[in-house]
Amino acid sequence: MQHRKYPFIVGFLIVPLVLYITFVIWPYLQTFGYSLTNWTGESQNFKFIGLDNYTALFHDSVFRTALWHNILLLIFLPVITILLALFFAFMVNVGGRSTAGGVQGVRGAGIYKVVYFFPQVLSVAILIVLFGAVYRSDSAGLLNGILVKLHLEDANNPIEWLNDPNLVLWCLLAIQVWAGVGFYLVLFSAAMQSIPKDIYEAALLDGAGRGQTFFKVTLPLLWDSVQTSWVYISIFAMDFFALVSGLTPGTGYGGGPDHHSEVMATYLMRNFLSFGKSGYACAQGVIIMLVTLIVSAVTLRVSRRDRIEF
Amino acid sequence: MTSPITEAQSGGLLGQVPAQGGPGSKRRSPEEAGDGAGGRVLNVFSHGFLAIWAIMIVVPLLWIILGAFKNNAEIGSSAWSWPSHWSFGAFSRAWDKGIGDFFLNTVIVMVFSVPLTMLFGSMVAYVLARYEFPGNRFIYYLFVGGAMFPYFLALVPLFFMVKNLGMLNTYQGLILVYVAYSLPFTTFFMHSFFKTLPTAIHEAAVLDGASHTRTFFQVMMPMAKPGLLSVGIFNVLGQWNQYILPVTLMQQQSSTDKDHSMLAQGLVNLALSQGYSGDYPALFAGMVIAMLPVLVVYLSFQRQVQAGLTAGTLK
Repeated sequence: MQHRKYPFIVGFLIVPLVLYITFVIWPYLQTFGYSLTNWTGESQNFKFIGLDNYTALFHDSVFRTALWHNILLLIFLPVITILLALFFAFMVNVGGRSTAGGVQGVRGAGIYKVVYFFPQVLSVAILIVLFGAVYRSDSAGLLNGILVKLHLEDANNPIEWLNDPNLVLWCLLAIQVWAGVGFYLVLFSAAMQSIPKDIYEAALLDGAGRGQTFFKVTLPLLWDSVQTSWVYISIFAMDFFALVSGLTPGTGYGGGPDHHSEVMATYLMRNFLSFGKSGYACAQGVIIMLVTLIVSAVTLRVSRRDRIEF
Repeated sequence: MTSPITEAQSGGLLGQVPAQGGPGSKRRSPEEAGDGAGGRVLNVFSHGFLAIWAIMIVVPLLWIILGAFKNNAEIGSSAWSWPSHWSFGAFSRAWDKGIGDFFLNTVIVMVFSVPLTMLFGSMVAYVLARYEFPGNRFIYYLFVGGAMFPYFLALVPLFFMVKNLGMLNTYQGLILVYVAYSLPFTTFFMHSFFKTLPTAIHEAAVLDGASHTRTFFQVMMPMAKPGLLSVGIFNVLGQWNQYILPVTLMQQQSSTDKDHSMLAQGLVNLALSQGYSGDYPALFAGMVIAMLPVLVVYLSFQRQVQAGLTAGTLK
């Protein structure tokens, strides 16, 4: 047995490992190296320039704006998504008619979950086409159409959602919330189902009501899932490339009007594919990763509590 | 994770005591009568909120599907216009405008990339889960760790790596990249699956003289079918919807280079060029064509999709 084990292990690992290192690990490592050079991408002639790219980044006002927008998204996207998902998870699982001796989920909970989850399986390309039409800047857009119908705005003076510097980022945020809530609803529901029944029975016997049970029993036991969700949504908040480049005005990967929806990812792509500043773009990639890692570490650290085993 | 989420289970969640009568029971216990009025208010309240969000999900989608049957003037005049005559003209225009080619390109890539992902991912996961050897943990973390970083970190060198291999805007280049980037999750998922499979059958196969390779393909893979299905659907949806990788790697290199755009990428290009050609019904029809396969997969494998996707976060 033993003498035939190693050829087998090597045989199974070698091809996937080579593929993975070539296309994933090695480019990740190269990004760090190139971020210290003035590489333009076309030629292989480049100089080591130390941390110049990074100091340049901090004097680059467009990059600072983009970073600020990502930070706004990092704060608001997880808060809004998780609160809504928890609210709906509570409604789906606890909001039903009372039956003898207990509380139960609403009728049709399964259908709600299927519908809510659906946007999660749609490609971001579909979201772009869909919300391009929803946010259309004349009264033929769905949102403006609804507001006109409700007499909340003048048909001749509609809101230009994606051209309005103060609204554009929030419109994009709303798309991600729309698409994401169902996923976290299902995640939280699954976590709720895994909580053993006798804990609830005990709470019930002690005379706890529905709301009390939720805040004092369910929520603390869901803490791990909330934490994971927060990290996961943060990674999404650092992206936003597709939505910004597909929906907002501006030449070369959007970001308009006048950088009001610029995020780090779109600025990276413009530097790399339009401006030919590959080294500079790599430095931005490193910053994106650093922010992601810091946010994940801080989230896990700050929200750490004694783990409740059950 | 894989257990079906049913209404009955939701009901049991808050400790319903069956002895006091099921949901259909007309008999009321004293303490339930007290909670009854409040419960009914909450029930109406929660149905109301749930219904509003459900409408917010469904209405925009239905509105776009309706838009595929309108003509340009109807779309441009008001959000509330109704198609004057129902025809599938926009669908065939969308198909001819490139959606058909993009659809085919995506299918060609995925016919190779999904099975290869599953094969390589299972091979790595199996070896790492079932065999002890030096470096096992290291390779495991190498694979799983790759899932933690955003694609953007690798994008620039990846572009030049593919370029140097002469595989920009080629199917084989994108297939290899898709496989490589799908490996971390596939390996992670299948690793935990192979860990849970009983060892007795494996040992019996070895005692009967089956080689390691044969044991894997003829004994272990059939046993891993439920896991393969979950992660396979996950990969189908993930690769079908992939956007950033094709945008970077599948651009035409010269005017004579064939357009090998993937569906998601082609659809966005079509949307961005709408300002010039202005055929909105065709654009909406293109969106419906792109959405249809996903909808079918989602509705038929709804349970596995939810289980597979949520398992991805719970690592």
